[in-house]
Order: sequence, then C-alpha cells, then structure tokens
Amino acid sequence: MKKSLGDKIIDWIIVLFMLLVVVAMLYPLWNTLAISFNDARDSIKGGIYLWPREWTLYNYQSIFKTDKIFKAFMVSVSRTVLTTVLNVFFSGLLGYVLSRKEFIFRRFLTVFMVMTMYINAGLIPQYFLYRSLGLINTFWVYILPALVGAFNVIVIRTYINSLPASLVESAKIDGAGELRIYFSIIVPMCLPVLATVALWVAVGAWNSWFDSFIFAPKQDLSTLQYEMMKIIASSMQTGISQPDYIDMQSSQSRNMVTPNSLRAAMTMVATVPILVVYPFLQKYFVTVNIGSVKE
Amino acid sequence: MVTKSLNRRSEFFKQARKQKSLILISIPYFIYFFIFSYLPLWGLTMAFQNYKPQLSFFEQEWVGFKHFQNLFTDPDFYRVMRNTLGMSLINLTLSFVTAIGFALLLNELTGEFYHFKRVVQTISYMPHFLSWIIVCGLVSGVLSMDDGIINELLLKLGLIKEKIHFMGKPELFWWIVGFTNVWKSMGWNSIIYLAAITSIDPCLYEAAAIDGYGRFGRMWHITLPGIKSTIIVLLILNAGWILNAGFEIQYILGSNGLVLDVSETIDIFVLKRGFGRSGGFAFGTAAGMFKTVASTVILLLCNKIAAWLDEERLV
Repeated sequence: MKKSLGDKIIDWIIVLFMLLVVVAMLYPLWNTLAISFNDARDSIKGGIYLWPREWTLYNYQSIFKTDKIFKAFMVSVSRTVLTTVLNVFFSGLLGYVLSRKEFIFRRFLTVFMVMTMYINAGLIPQYFLYRSLGLINTFWVYILPALVGAFNVIVIRTYINSLPASLVESAKIDGAGELRIYFSIIVPMCLPVLATVALWVAVGAWNSWFDSFIFAPKQDLSTLQYEMMKIIASSMQTGISQPDYIDMQSSQSRNMVTPNSLRAAMTMVATVPILVVYPFLQKYFVTVNIGSVKE
Repeated sequence: MVTKSLNRRSEFFKQARKQKSLILISIPYFIYFFIFSYLPLWGLTMAFQNYKPQLSFFEQEWVGFKHFQNLFTDPDFYRVMRNTLGMSLINLTLSFVTAIGFALLLNELTGEFYHFKRVVQTISYMPHFLSWIIVCGLVSGVLSMDDGIINELLLKLGLIKEKIHFMGKPELFWWIVGFTNVWKSMGWNSIIYLAAITSIDPCLYEAAAIDGYGRFGRMWHITLPGIKSTIIVLLILNAGWILNAGFEIQYILGSNGLVLDVSETIDIFVLKRGFGRSGGFAFGTAAGMFKTVASTVILLLCNKIAAWLDEERLV
C-alpha cells in the first residue's frame, strides 16, 4: 500500500505524540540526574532542568561517605546477589524435578506449590511466624522467605518441558545422578530462562523496602530503598525530623547537601543498576511475559 | 481385586525406590512451603481471640467474631474501602484506556518508523522496573511547589495564576495515583495488546482499505475488534485485583498527613491498626483476613468468568 499525503500527516502526528510520551517518561529521571550533579546550595535557587549549572560530585561523595547510606547500599547489594543466586538455584532445581513426568509426587508437589501463590495469611501472621523463627531484625529475613518462587518454578518447568526428553533419558542410562543431570545438562540448556528469572528476582530484591520497614527496622539492616523512603517521607513532611546525617552534613562549612540533592544522587544510585540490566531484561521478558499470561 | 491393589502398591514402592533422589530433593521444598506459606495460616486464629502476645495459644481468650463486628462498624473501615475501590476504579480505567490507545498508535508506526517504534517501546517499558520509592520521589519532584516542572509549565502556559500544592489537595490525590500508575506501567501493559494485534489477519486491513476505510476507520473497525477478546479477558482478570489498590504509593505520597482521608487503602489500614496500637494484632489480623477472603472470592469469580467467556467464545 502506498501512503497518501493524509496518511503521512497522520504518521507524523503519531510520531510527535510518541515523542511527547518519551519526554514524559525520561524527563523526571533526566532532571534528577542533572540535580544530582549540581551543587546542592545552587539547586535551592531552582531552575535546574536538563543540565547542571554548577557541576559537583559532592552529592555522590556524600552518599558513600555517609556511613549509614553506604552500609544500606552494601546491604542492598548483598541481599540482591544472595537472593538471586539462591532463588535461581532452588527454583531451577524444583522446576527440573517437576518436569520429570514419571515422578510419583509430581502432581502433589505441584498443587502444593501452586497453592502458595493464592493463599496468604496476611501481614501480622507472617510477622509472628518470622518472629518465632527468630528472623526479625536479622539479615536472613531478606533471604529465607525468597528462596523459591512458585511462579519462577512454573516458568522454568515449562521451559524444560519444551526441551527434548531424550537428553535426560540418555544421561540416566549413562548412570548420572539427578543433581549431576541438573547441573551438567539442564542448567546449560536453560540459561535463557534462568537468566530471565535471575533478572526478575534481582530487580524485585533490589527494589524492595517493605521488608526492611516491617521485619528489619534495625539501622544496620536498612537498605538503600528504605533509606530513600525515609528521605522522601521526611522531605514531604515539613517539620518532621530528617535522618540525622542530613543535619550533620549541612552544618559542615563549604560543602553541603540538602535532602533534595541527596535524594537525587540516591535515586541515580538506585536506578543505574536497573538501567544496566534493562537491555538484558528486555531481550527475554516480552516472550516470557506473554507466555505466562497464556499459561 | 486384592492382588491388584497389592500389585499397584508394590508398583508404587518400586517406583519410589527408583526415584529416591527425586524424593529426597523434594522433601526440603515440601517443608519450606509448609513453613513459609501454610504455617502462617495458623496465625489467623488470632482474629478470633483477644490475642495477647505474652500468653500461649491455650491461654488466649476466644472472642468469636468480635473483631469482625468491630471492623464492620468502624467508620474508618468504610473510608479505606471507599478509597481502595475509588483508586482501583480510576487505575483500572486509566491504565486500560492508555495502554490500549498506546498500543493502537504504536501499531500505526510501520515502514520507515520501525526503529523509532522500537526505541519508543524500549523507553516506555523502563519505568515498570523502577521501585515505587523511586517513582514516588520522581513524582513528588515533578509536582513540587519549589521547582516542579508541572507547576512551571502550567504557569508559563497561563493556565494557573499561582502554583498548586498538588500533594496537599485531597481532591487531586486519586488522580495523582492514577496517572503515576499510567506513567509506570502504560508501556508494559501495552505489550500484551501489541502481541494480540500481530495475530490479526493482514488481509482484513487490505480489504478494509479497498472498501475505502481510512487509517482511523481501520483502527476502529479492524484492530479494535481484533483485540476485543484480549481486552475483555484482561479487564475481567484485572478486576479481580480490585481490593489491591496499592500500598506503597499511597503510603509514601500520603505521608505528609495532608491527604490521609483519601489516601489510606485497606492495606495501610491493616498495617496501621495491626502494628499501631497495643493489642491491635488481633484486629489487624481480622481486617487482613477479611481483605484476603474477599479478594480471593472476587479473584476466583473473575477468573471463572474470564475462562468461561474464553471457552464459550462469547467475546
């Protein structure tokens, strides 16, 4: 079909509209980036939109110099890495076990697991469970509840089922044990789906703050997101005390940070890891997303 | 008969012995799911007790449905339910309309715009992966009185005389939440519609073009009916989540205390009552249980309807 003049005009109107959408999506982050590189005292004057006026790295330095924020950053990194590795390992292994059609408890275990996606005792029973397990205010409250994800298991199992069954058969005949089969045959062949699950889990772990808030309010265990939540909440509530490191910093002579500049820098620190993995995420998530809706 | 079942049983054990390692691997999973997902259900007994943490289970005083009666006579409960349903409806409507519209327009970008379209898509999915904390920070920045771009723009365009304190206006709060949701997930939600559009037979478009339909005519008469079933099924499925209006955005953006009346959802209510007052555990558990049960019923109902419509090809 050849495009008429009217069609071309419509095309350009749509393009213009899409450009507006793109600007609306990107501007808030871009503006934050500009503020994060701008001198905090200068930012108060306003007028920083797309480009810093007085360049500085001080906002970033102060994040990593402030003990509490740096510690929270390290907690975030370690919980994300550990959760991702363990969740992918355990979800993958269960996905493999449940992909074995001859397994006598396959049906039972599948139903038992899928039910966990629907039943939910609620926040307070959950809190009491963690308390009686001694998880409250420990690092493990970030890790243990997220060892296996039922949804991830289903996605991995579906993927394994699409592989030729003869691979596992022949390995069995050669006398390989289940763990051996899992590591030397299944894992190498499932790398795409395992990578997808790893990215989901990593993004989820990196972004979560609610568990720090409820289950691990101890300062030592605070995460980057939770520290940001505190700063945002305090900057919204006028007159309510800010996290003490802001006052501490602003009383120091030349350089200073404001909640706004600190928040901008923290936002970038919290966002950049996601933007880095984003291209990899995008490669897989569309197919898996659509597949999971069809399940 | 006896020998048959005996045979079957011995067959089962023979299989079990052969699958020893599979079973061994499964046992920790069974225990794990039991502890972390099923065991907390026991805690729901709290909802029927005058629960005191220092007492053991057998020493607790049972009070029947007292907490539920208190819940249903609590004016705050009706307020948070109103907020939950109100925000859910706004979110549902806005997110459907925008995602479908976005998908339809993206679909129009063909030929030389292919790469442009890919770039737009990539950028539009990105906010989905940002945490609510970050998104709330960005929203409060964009809407702020000091330097917020929205206020600046509205001033420059002469639409307002003085800056609006967006975060302090109860009548705007639901819409701020709604449009923030749109910003965060419009691109992501459009994926499924774009996929549905690709399954429409291209011949239909050619036929429509021969019949003299223009661009929008084709969009309206071919594309939209082509994805109608997807739209309806997704709408019903999403309606199942109506009690999950959200927690984080309302909690954070509402933390200035100016808009609490309209910002608190049922999830915030459970949190605040459960942990906020001494002896609130039982009441909070009851409120949470009400939400879970009602939510599950609605969800199952909606799933059933969606599956039925799908099977009967009624949509």
